[in-house]
Amino acid sequence: MRVTLASRELLGNLVMRELRGKYKGTSLGWFWSLLNPLASTLIFSVVFGAILRVTPTVGAGGVQNYTLFLLCALLPWNYFSGVVNGGMGSLLGNANLIKKTSFPRELLVLATTASLFVTFLIEMAVLAVALLVFGVNPLIWLVPTLLLMVVLAVFATGLGLMLAVANVYFRDSAHFVAIGLQVLFYATPVIYPITLVSDVSPDSLVARLHIDSLYFANPLVHYVEAFRDLLYEHQVPSLSTILVILLSAAASICVGWTVFNRFSGRLAEEL
Amino acid sequence: MSDVAVEAVGVSKRFRLYHERNQSLKAAFMRGRRAKFDEFWALRDVDLTIPTGKTFGLIGHNGSGKSTMLKCLAGILVPDHGRTQVNGKVSALLELGAGFHPELSGRDNVYLNGSILGMSRKQIDRQFDEIVDFAGLETFIDSPVKNYSSGMYVRLGFSVAINVDPEILMVDEVLAVGDESFQRKCMEKFADFRAEGRTVVIVSHALGTMRSMCDEVAWLDHGKLKGVGRPEDLVDEYVGASHEDRVVEEAPAAEEGAGHSRWGSGEVRLTGAEVLSGGQSTTKVSTGDDVVVRLHWEAAAPVVEPVFGIALHTLEGVHVTGPNTRDAEVRTGTLHGTGHLDLHVSRLMLTPGTYDLTAAVFDRSVVHAFDHREKVLRFHVIPGTPRDHYGVMSLGGSWDLRSESPPSTR
Ligand SMILES: Nc1ncnc2c1ncn2[C@@H]1O[C@H](COP(=O)(O)OP(=O)(O)O)[C@@H](O)[C@H]1O
Ligand SMILES: [Mg+2]
Repeated sequence: MRVTLASRELLGNLVMRELRGKYKGTSLGWFWSLLNPLASTLIFSVVFGAILRVTPTVGAGGVQNYTLFLLCALLPWNYFSGVVNGGMGSLLGNANLIKKTSFPRELLVLATTASLFVTFLIEMAVLAVALLVFGVNPLIWLVPTLLLMVVLAVFATGLGLMLAVANVYFRDSAHFVAIGLQVLFYATPVIYPITLVSDVSPDSLVARLHIDSLYFANPLVHYVEAFRDLLYEHQVPSLSTILVILLSAAASICVGWTVFNRFSGRLAEEL
Repeated sequence: MSDVAVEAVGVSKRFRLYHERNQSLKAAFMRGRRAKFDEFWALRDVDLTIPTGKTFGLIGHNGSGKSTMLKCLAGILVPDHGRTQVNGKVSALLELGAGFHPELSGRDNVYLNGSILGMSRKQIDRQFDEIVDFAGLETFIDSPVKNYSSGMYVRLGFSVAINVDPEILMVDEVLAVGDESFQRKCMEKFADFRAEGRTVVIVSHALGTMRSMCDEVAWLDHGKLKGVGRPEDLVDEYVGASHEDRVVEEAPAAEEGAGHSRWGSGEVRLTGAEVLSGGQSTTKVSTGDDVVVRLHWEAAAPVVEPVFGIALHTLEGVHVTGPNTRDAEVRTGTLHGTGHLDLHVSRLMLTPGTYDLTAAVFDRSVVHAFDHREKVLRFHVIPGTPRDHYGVMSLGGSWDLRSESPPSTR
């Protein structure tokens, strides 16, 4: 951990490299970083908001807008999956650097986390403005939101660290993670309100098969709900939600860090 | 500062040789376990003590573990047993390449590499011009390094490695690549380093250079330390020992210009070189002729992607040209048995004179020589078309004179 702090300058450089590399050569520059979430927002809004008519929960100030409801969860989700995917590929993508130079390898994963965080911040700022426009004033909720974003970053980084080494040892990991993320996306209340799951009647099939308890074991459910609580509904998340979030982030980073350190010594020869 | 710059105690390094190239989860699930592998010790219980301010050489045959040792010292590989300790800032330049990111420009790579080596942005700003200048890459510094030739790549890598102000410089076989003038610059830089009291650890096949440059050398043999000592003694002993099982013996002095040095490990051997004109082997060609330079090779066991190259020198020692199959992006595939490789030159643009042909075949990284035959063939160029005779080559251009306006008649 101490080594990492001493390498802040290198981390900064790696982040800059990633940010510049991503948008270089595109005249619209930063706009592209917003294009992708914009497209998925549009698709989900049309399909689930307009065609399937999912009823969003009623937010603060009586606002009931599917797109806003969606974005409060979709942006954190995008960040999470971005860090998991990007972190996973970060070692393989820098094989040359690892094989020829010596530096703390975890910086490559951390650089992914940090560079995507910049994009995440911009997206969230745009969302905050949109909320203001629709009469939901999120200003006092921004600080806890920012904290939550950091905790989410920690949670995702832990997974990213683990998957980064897995990907070096098993080159087809990315394939399985892609499937996992797809399942996770639908197992998280991003495009639908959580009430659809939590309010099922006790004798329904879902309840009898205990699918709902399995559902709530997914920490991302709680992250997404907390984001929605803070930004859309303007309420403090429940204590259990906060606990799950903090514990899962701590567990993820501890396990991720341990696994990474356990296997990072042999990276140069396995790549 | 400590008296000992680099120390290795009982260092052993084991590699895994997997039966399949890349392991997959799918295969692991189906088999119920990870891919099978053999283990093999690349280093066995090696102790080294490199004093501060000394130039230290590592010698040994191909595959004896020199690069592995250097990587352990540089912290790129972690030894399985033993420990290494380094007192001071290390800058390492390994075989081909400096850990550049192919998609990034030379400039970005300089900054990235500099910060990996612990330099701040400001320090790199200050050194930047010197780095680019030393590498001689002013015009290419903003293009991605994937477009660089092998020579450019090495020059930039070396330039970064020495200009980041390291206390300990580790260099692996870099002197083998690059042209003569660059090699000379490198040698001067090593001398400066030594004068400034910095430590240099160097791996090279150029035994003459090792003998004159190093204060001390270590000899690795099949991963074990065979000896440490004064270069005069150890290099001779090494040459003597490797002579017995030397695959490449001295060439018979058949052709003119033979009797020059030849070295290499012999996985691929150059059994001959000839110049053909009109399908006939010859030593006399004319400027402008359609000629073929033919290298005959022999490989006792399969060798993957060797790199062939030739060099032409005038009798005065001017290096005229040095094409190779790597820079030409020719894939040589796997060679086994015997065969020949032709370089077609549709118009030989050398001016009249006598030239010496050097032929070499390297491993795919152009670092390790399989067979290097200095001045293997001498041939003469007699006047032809174009009839230029100044310098070493003709541009083959055509002159075109025009008057822009009639003379004024006043
Ligand atoms: N990443 C690796 N995986 C497996 N074997 C390796 C690896 N790197 C080197 N080796 C093997 O270790 C031995 C020593 O290699 P090396 O240190 O490169 O030798 P040298 O530099 O003296 O030619 C060689 O037999 C080589 O094939
Ligand atoms: Mg080597």
